[in-house]
Amino acid sequence: MSDTDPIIELRGVSKTFGRQRVLDEIDLRVERGRNTVIVGRSGTGKSVLLKHIVGLLRPDRGAVYFGGQRIDTLGERALVPIRQQISFVFQLNALFDSMTVLENVAFPMTENQRGRLDHRKIRALAERCLEMVGLRGFERKRPAELSGGERKRVALARAIALDPPPRVILYDEPTAGLDPQRSDAINKLIRRLQEDVHVTGVIVTHDMKSAAEVGDRLLVLWNGRFIADGPPHEVLQARDEHVRRFVQGIAEPEDLRLIGA
Amino acid sequence: MARSNALTATLAGFGAGTLATLANFGRFWLFSLHALSFVPIELVTVRGWRRLLPQCFHIGACSVPVIMLTGMFIGMVLIVQGYEQFDAAGLRDRLGAIVNISIAAELGPVLAGVMLAGRVGGALAAELGTMNVTEQLLALRSMGADPVRHLVVPRFLACLFLTPLLTAYADLLGALGAFAIFVGVYGGPPEPYWAFTREIVQLWDLGTGIIKALFFGAAIGLVSCYKGFHCRPGAEGVGQACTQSFVVSFILILMLDFFLNVVLNGLYSVWYGYRSLI
Repeated sequence: MSDTDPIIELRGVSKTFGRQRVLDEIDLRVERGRNTVIVGRSGTGKSVLLKHIVGLLRPDRGAVYFGGQRIDTLGERALVPIRQQISFVFQLNALFDSMTVLENVAFPMTENQRGRLDHRKIRALAERCLEMVGLRGFERKRPAELSGGERKRVALARAIALDPPPRVILYDEPTAGLDPQRSDAINKLIRRLQEDVHVTGVIVTHDMKSAAEVGDRLLVLWNGRFIADGPPHEVLQARDEHVRRFVQGIAEPEDLRLIGA
Repeated sequence: MARSNALTATLAGFGAGTLATLANFGRFWLFSLHALSFVPIELVTVRGWRRLLPQCFHIGACSVPVIMLTGMFIGMVLIVQGYEQFDAAGLRDRLGAIVNISIAAELGPVLAGVMLAGRVGGALAAELGTMNVTEQLLALRSMGADPVRHLVVPRFLACLFLTPLLTAYADLLGALGAFAIFVGVYGGPPEPYWAFTREIVQLWDLGTGIIKALFFGAAIGLVSCYKGFHCRPGAEGVGQACTQSFVVSFILILMLDFFLNVVLNGLYSVWYGYRSLI
């Protein structure tokens, strides 16, 4: 496995829910150490794609590889070593309500690295991760006591709380529901994680400003397929009608017809 | 032709419903076996006990007032219902024994089980259902943790261990409540109340109630967790999971009660023969 080989690869992945085909023979190669951003309309399968990468969903057809190893055929137990290298920041943060902020952040380490890391070291690492996201002093709070932006930052702290750090972080709508200033802070944090910790990022978002700011590569998902792929500045100026409309936030004609406009 | 189509559609609907029910049943057993496979390891590890003890508090200690009231009122009501009849038949002194054996072997475990199915089962289904719809279960899986081991096993074990304890508590409060009404309201003699109880209520009857409670606890724990884990998205899905959890647990308690009675009464007859309660 050389450094130029993709860390994540999807080959011909298709996924159907009921009668709706969400992913249609998708091919994707994610390069190491870079941020790959996937944008697309709601319900086009962006989150579904992320869940395939970590084995939370299995494709109907096609194959998913991580670090050169095929993972879509692995059982839950065999997936554990793979999942220990990947962190997932969920759209709704998915913080555990019954735990404090510190326990949430320490959870991946207490779960996966016990024996190798003692309790004090886990606590110190969790506190350092909270410091990285600007949340020192929040250790004893519960997720319900935090604002949306703070919860998102706790989710980010939990995502990096592994020793060694995760090889890949999957971000599902990291700026959804946040005000522009909070969004900017999260974007900068994602960039800093990539630059300081050399984590490969796969970011799913609707937020074009965020996509341009954090992405080294931008893909547009449309009806289950990628219709644009390249550096953000190129994709943002693409001539394809769907891409242009999405990037500029202009409704599709069929959507306008539906609302009689 | 139209009648034939309607018949076909009805049969197809019936078939689809049957298949869905069977699939659901199969999923429930796979889920249960998955949970049971972790029980030994959870019972011998410190981490397992750390997960179990908080559940014991929520499921056991917090249910004590409800169980106390349930047990006490069962005993009191049975005395009110039976006193005049037994008194008229000259069997007043034996009423306490009959009430206590009813509570120990039948009403204590069943009503404690039903109360726990409502209080604990609904809460478990709601908690796990909310975790499901807010992607917390997916988050556990994505971190390499097994949600069944982390969430279901401690809740199942807490229900399994504490339902018999709570049932014993309901039995005790039932006996005391019945005694209070028998002596305090109807002026019955206290000595025969306890003497006949001691004579008629055997360890077997108490054991029968406790064995039933073990099964009821297991059913409540597994059904509630299963419903929470498989609830539909949204607030409506969580609400339905709570309702279904109670209804299915309630029906299971009644069914288990019937079959356990058949088996345990059969065993009693084989080992000890017939006994008269009056």
